[in-house]
Amino acid sequence: MLAIHRLLEAEPLDAAAVDDFLADHAFPLVEDTHATFVYRGEADAVYLRHWIAGLPSSHPLTRAPGTDLWYAVLELPPKSRVEYKLEVHRGGGSEWILDPQNPRTASDPFGANSVCCGKGYRTPSWTKTDPEARKGTLEERSFFSPWFGDERRLILYKPARFRETRRYPLLIVHDGEDYLRYAQLVEVLDNLIHRLEVAPMVVALTIPHDRLVEYPDDPRHVGFLTEDLVPMLERELPNVGGQTGRGLMGASFGAVASLSAAWRKPGFFGRLLLQSGSFAFTDIGTHNRSAAFDPVVRFVNAFREAPGRPSDQVFMSCGMYESLIYENRSLQPLFWSTGMSVRFVEARDGHNWENWRDRLREGLSWLFPGPLLLVYE
Amino acid sequence: MARAGVKGPLAAITAGWQERESEDQELRDALGVPIVNLSIHSRAERVFREDPELFAAHRARQDRVRGLQELYRVRVKHGVAAVRALGDRPVAADLVASEREDAVAALRRLEEHHLGRLQSVHAAFSVETGFDQRPAVARERREIEAALAECEAVLVAGGHIAVLLNRMRLFSLAELCRDRPIFAWSAGAMAMTERVVVFHDSPPQGPGNAELFDVGLGLAGGVIVLPDAQRRLRLGDPKRVALLSQRFAPTPCVALDEGGWIARRAALDPRAFGHQVAPPGEGDGARAWMGEGLARSLERGGSVIALSGAGEEG
Repeated sequence: MLAIHRLLEAEPLDAAAVDDFLADHAFPLVEDTHATFVYRGEADAVYLRHWIAGLPSSHPLTRAPGTDLWYAVLELPPKSRVEYKLEVHRGGGSEWILDPQNPRTASDPFGANSVCCGKGYRTPSWTKTDPEARKGTLEERSFFSPWFGDERRLILYKPARFRETRRYPLLIVHDGEDYLRYAQLVEVLDNLIHRLEVAPMVVALTIPHDRLVEYPDDPRHVGFLTEDLVPMLERELPNVGGQTGRGLMGASFGAVASLSAAWRKPGFFGRLLLQSGSFAFTDIGTHNRSAAFDPVVRFVNAFREAPGRPSDQVFMSCGMYESLIYENRSLQPLFWSTGMSVRFVEARDGHNWENWRDRLREGLSWLFPGPLLLVYE
Repeated sequence: MARAGVKGPLAAITAGWQERESEDQELRDALGVPIVNLSIHSRAERVFREDPELFAAHRARQDRVRGLQELYRVRVKHGVAAVRALGDRPVAADLVASEREDAVAALRRLEEHHLGRLQSVHAAFSVETGFDQRPAVARERREIEAALAECEAVLVAGGHIAVLLNRMRLFSLAELCRDRPIFAWSAGAMAMTERVVVFHDSPPQGPGNAELFDVGLGLAGGVIVLPDAQRRLRLGDPKRVALLSQRFAPTPCVALDEGGWIARRAALDPRAFGHQVAPPGEGDGARAWMGEGLARSLERGGSVIALSGAGEEG
């Protein structure tokens, strides 16, 4: 029996019983494969708003009889990670709030969400600052892009002990600032390089002006990557060069931009890391997503017609709780058919930055393996 | 070292530590004897700066080696998969055994083929560059020789096996050290052998296959050493271990863990040496998976007197 059900059977079920219940547990209360969400306070209605495709996105909380405690129980498979908010209706209005009972939050460009972790989920140690790990450097700059006809900002990561006499792979990252802020990319790179799991590499973190326009198969963006940015960096920095030394990565629309660039310039980028790609497509008729997806659908449909062989090695990840899992899974046979080496990983998570962060070790170490195999101390 | 009666001074090769090459105080403190660091890594860096043509040739060779390794890796992947798949077939055991044996033999042929290809690349590099005659290399080598003349034995530390091997080759250290007692551990021990096999059964990107990585210096023939094997290999998976040893047979694979060592007789009295090999399941120590083969290889002798697995602290 779940703790909430024991509370509901309490005699008497009063404020003191609720006080004890809240004091005795951390919330959301995860018991085996179930999570109990609670809200305490006067309200007309309370809803759990989450981003789990496959479940109704709004789940009502039930008021415990005679109290101001609201609760809902959700199935939560092991190792799940779910972001959510509470929607509280009161006096004819409503607001979305972070869960007051839950200190755990995750940030994204739109703000923050509360986070509920299923049994067995642990934030990977390699995402946290390790004092032992030598630190890489970040350098911000801007440069003129002939393809866009304007100045573009760029953040350049160089690994610890960067030396001009070595050759480094070059990884281009879409939405670079977001990867830094919300996916701890610097800590991840520092740690994985320190652990010898990922090759020391130069990482160019790009910053778009209007990602919804530039990312879905915009020829200017492809030119920006392959004729402005990469040649400039390869002239300036010691690099492995060639397709095996170049990687392109992005999440959501950033993954679309990555695949589109690789498709339009096959062989230019030998390594792709595509996270929760917004690969919407249609088999017939129109799609049912927003208008921003129109160029995405045109691109993915064209890609499905003639995929060619955009790259050599592709790592893809997607959350099982995203609606995009359908498209990402569906594209696997097509990716395989191109002759590319493909690895696809699913996680019990949603369309969010911590999901993308948590997959970086597997993706980067597969695309750019470090010298773990070669170092015997 | 005590068993060998070696008192120092000692020459140290720590090139596997790369830019940390000179950070050898811990080693000095541990041994308590005079140590001359041969500074192989920094010497190589100096040579490459002074001789850009050689540096370019070195890079080109490394590109070729990497290309070969990639092709070899593809073949190993499919070869190993074939052996494993055969073992899973619901067919009469005698039929499976015969096919499996042939599939393993194919892998062994591949290892030989790859070794030959690597040897060819190194030989071509030597002929094309005449690297050992180039002034910068010759100068450093003379200095190394002079330093070695003052030392009783040579220490070769671990680290990055490719960096270590390439730097030792550049200065022909196999020749320079051949007649001296050598104490080598971890990657240093691997470099002493004829075949360098790299391995890790649990990397973050998922288990791959052990790879024949390079031609070693050949100072300790007839053995493949696998340092830190308990951490890096799934020694509890007999099928995996068996296939690894079969791939490289008849050369024995020896797992060298903390405290384990094997000794190769040389200028010193071979009876003073031997090997410390713990039978499987008896805790730490070197493990020989092919005991008879190991014994035979030890009897054949060589100039390296000790190959040791280092502990966690290296």
